[in-house]
Amino acid sequence: MNMHVNGENHQFDAGLTIGQLLKQLELQPDRVVLELNQNILNTTDSINTELHEKDKLEIIQFVGGG
Amino acid sequence: MDPLVIAGRKFNSRLMVGTGKFSSNLAMQSAMESSGCEIVTVALRRVDINNPGDNMLQHIDRERYLLLPNTSGARDAEEAVRLARLARAAGCEPWIKLEVTPDPYYLLPDPIETLKAAIILVKEGFNVLPYMPADPVLARHLEEAGTVTVMPLGAPIGTNRGMRTRDLINIIIEQANVPVVVDAGLGAPSHVAEAMEMGADAVLVNTALADTPNPALMGEAFKNGVEAGRMAYLAGLGPQRAKAQASSPLTGFLREE
Repeated sequence: MNMHVNGENHQFDAGLTIGQLLKQLELQPDRVVLELNQNILNTTDSINTELHEKDKLEIIQFVGGG
Repeated sequence: MDPLVIAGRKFNSRLMVGTGKFSSNLAMQSAMESSGCEIVTVALRRVDINNPGDNMLQHIDRERYLLLPNTSGARDAEEAVRLARLARAAGCEPWIKLEVTPDPYYLLPDPIETLKAAIILVKEGFNVLPYMPADPVLARHLEEAGTVTVMPLGAPIGTNRGMRTRDLINIIIEQANVPVVVDAGLGAPSHVAEAMEMGADAVLVNTALADTPNPALMGEAFKNGVEAGRMAYLAGLGPQRAKAQASSPLTGFLREE
């Protein structure tokens, strides 16, 4: 399936969950905050949420800043 | 030193430190440590999913430092509100340094969008610390909206040019009922000392600490600058005069009158 992740198109297997995606990207769930189709998710509660074709996912983290 | 109180919370340091642009996490940590700061700012950005890098939060002791996420990168109120909500969802306390800077060259804060975002975020329960132009009228509007500080700029972000807005910040200090935190452009301990001597309640510094070969030593220098300025303010500076006023007695000279 085709999805928009952090502003870019990516192909993933159909039926992928958020937990599986983070694992695939080697990202610990506790270091990121997620926004799915403009809705902020509670990362821990949404580990089993299934992703769908054309979903827009933002994976955000803290970085240094002033 | 007398404590700084923001939104009912006490801080022993009046120096806030930004965590951007350091050459390494170790350099950032050493500046935080030596500066004595208790509030550190961070930003939110997309993860580079091809190269996630390390998790910078693991280098910040959350027991020791209050994490103050900023909304940097926001071009309008809507984007700033979105970033603030994301920061809270990431587990931060509801403290937000509000920044709306649509202009990419001078990164000057947009007063209208900043006020709009402040009104929304205060209603949502955030403690809002707004980065703002040194405009006393805007400062009053933000305060009325319920922000817990005002944060006028000394000079544009990252310029190290010091208290270029001095006269306007003086008016803001005179009128404010919330702490005045001078943010941006403070590039030397003398700059922060000047802000504190004027009666600013705190300062926020990033570039000056990151952009030096010795962040640890510079952190200490800024700590001393802030403390010296605060102490002078509390003690009360003597008045400036146009003409000399002798410090030594004007009698008993060794000469014939």
